[in-house]
Amino acid sequence: MPKARIILGHGSGGKLSHDLIESLFLPPFTNPILEACDDSAVFPVTDSSKPFQHQGEPEERIAFTTDSYVVKPLFWPGGDIGKLAVCGTVNDLAMVGAIPLYLSAAFVIEEGLPISSLRRIVTSMKRAAKEARVKIVAGDTKVVERGSADGLFINTTGVGILPRGARISGSNAQVGDMIILSGTIGDHGIAVLSEREGLVFSNNFKSDVAPLNHMVQAMLKTSHKIHAMRDPTRGGLATTLKEIAQQSKVGIQIIEEQIPIREEVAAACEILGYDPLYVANEGKVVACVAPEDAERVVQVMRKTRYGGEAAIIGEVLPEPKARVVMKTKVGGTRIVDMLTGDMLPRIC
Amino acid sequence: MKFIDEFRNSTVGQRLAVRIKERNTRPVNLMEVCGTHTVAIFKHGIRQLLPKKVNMLSGPGCPVCVTPNSDIDKAIALAQNPSVILVTFGDMMKVPGSYSSLHQVKAAGADIRVVYSVLDALRIAKDNPRKSVVFFGVGFETTAPTTASAILEAERLGIDNFFFLCVHKLIPPAMRALLNSDEVHIDGFICPGHVSTIIGSQPYEFIPREYGMPCVIAGFEPLDILQAIDMLLEQLSAEEPRVVIQYRRAVRKDGNPIALKYLSTVFEVTDACWRGIGTIPKSGLKLGQQYQRFDAECAFKIVSRPPKEAAGCRCGDILRGASTPNECSLFAKACAPEHPVGPCMVSTEGTCSAWYLYGSKE
Repeated sequence: MPKARIILGHGSGGKLSHDLIESLFLPPFTNPILEACDDSAVFPVTDSSKPFQHQGEPEERIAFTTDSYVVKPLFWPGGDIGKLAVCGTVNDLAMVGAIPLYLSAAFVIEEGLPISSLRRIVTSMKRAAKEARVKIVAGDTKVVERGSADGLFINTTGVGILPRGARISGSNAQVGDMIILSGTIGDHGIAVLSEREGLVFSNNFKSDVAPLNHMVQAMLKTSHKIHAMRDPTRGGLATTLKEIAQQSKVGIQIIEEQIPIREEVAAACEILGYDPLYVANEGKVVACVAPEDAERVVQVMRKTRYGGEAAIIGEVLPEPKARVVMKTKVGGTRIVDMLTGDMLPRIC
Repeated sequence: MKFIDEFRNSTVGQRLAVRIKERNTRPVNLMEVCGTHTVAIFKHGIRQLLPKKVNMLSGPGCPVCVTPNSDIDKAIALAQNPSVILVTFGDMMKVPGSYSSLHQVKAAGADIRVVYSVLDALRIAKDNPRKSVVFFGVGFETTAPTTASAILEAERLGIDNFFFLCVHKLIPPAMRALLNSDEVHIDGFICPGHVSTIIGSQPYEFIPREYGMPCVIAGFEPLDILQAIDMLLEQLSAEEPRVVIQYRRAVRKDGNPIALKYLSTVFEVTDACWRGIGTIPKSGLKLGQQYQRFDAECAFKIVSRPPKEAAGCRCGDILRGASTPNECSLFAKACAPEHPVGPCMVSTEGTCSAWYLYGSKE
């Protein structure tokens, strides 16, 4: 056998990524905070050697996350690597119910990148940070020789604060919960692909990249029974639902007809042979919400800037555990599994 | 989506499913020859809509899957030549050859590019005049005409660094080979829609005539497939086998004469080796005399070790419809999409991949 090497699929966010994390990264670094495997790490800010709290009062906790952005190209309809680098990290904080506060930004720049491009990207970061109400408070710049990076890579790290008592996790979906999706799927993946490959059959593609923290806060104010949240980025809606089903040890059933998708995105997926369930999003949230609150949460989401097409797309069932099943439009059923392989490399 | 949603209508779908259930038929094996049909059947959950007496078999219509290891090994050997840029379709990357895969040799430094169309390969050849650009072209009658047009274009433009590793195959001879072996009992064929847009319905006429078996050329939407199944059952109960075109919005009796002209201009029919089936007479295409200079096998001395098959892999049986993926001991264990042992697990049109992704892991 040839020597095993890293292949692009290891970065897809799908099965190979999960296998790599579980077999190579988790064992040496293992600790309970990391093992939660949520979009952000959550831990108390109190010094554990000096516990100084009132009895019974939940401790103050912060959320902490990091993400690197290697998307190609740097600009696409509806976004750019800078906006994505801010929104992606803000959203990872929001998905555990945190209020994002501070970000760091590290730039790995390839020799030869036009300074005007960098300026445009930084301006876009400033705008996104302003909208999300986060401050970029630390940074780093490295330049590598031509050929050692592709234009620009950005890493952002974020911290946020958790409201006392919040307990939202991919492992906390409850049987009976409704699955809410905040809007149309596949917009980001297809927009980036259309720019990269010069697809000419539509000029209507627009990435959904956006900060979701304000919508998430509005949701959390409406209901205390939001059990799980996640943003379906790489690997798409399918991979995210499968993760929740696995981590919460529940079954998930979704209804194909209820899943919002823009007509041009559906058409592009048909032509290119992609399943939109696996195409990346950067401005969507999936939430598992108790049935009595679900409709109210949807109504609140629909009034926010990025939740206009929010819909209930399915429910959490006791069985089959760790599986996602979809009722198809024509009335059949099929299993929905994680993304395997590298459908669209370097999408975020 | 117009022209798509109509063919996924749930009311009509349910009605067709009821009609199929109510047909008074003996247990039948219907084979969908084409991999795109296999995937559509799984993706839309059509098996759950069918009664037990209608058993669907998957056939040899996934071009990636039927490409034998010996041909994949040739492509890998070519890709390892430092003067070569190998260009191919995405699905070929992960297919394991005898000793490695294109994926693995790319990670080790070989210049391999994935394209959507052979015309992109031509552009790569133009952009890299100092390299030899070899297009590893797999596919049936559907993709062969575009390859032919690219070769004609390369000739017109005088591009002399473009080569072609030709493993194009023809579907009707493979159907005959299946019928000639007694291994699998087939009662009717769902004939491939895309292939038939090119070749028409004529080339399947030997099937009802010589084998007394019905054929329906079907589209790829769920209602197309359900209707095709219903049409096959109708023919079976009437005992009047013929070739019927269900996919009338795309397929004509005589096919696409322009595409057929391209094929006959550039290619000659030849015997070809199919994974799992072996050599089938007159089932492949090779470049005609006049276009030999584009043939990678003539232009390069391709040295590859003798091919070998992965131990335990039953892709060959699965391609003939003689086994289902769950009968393979490797399925969903040693063989999964992220670490495939055989091609049927790699290709998006592969039977094992469809079983794995959409439903029947047990």
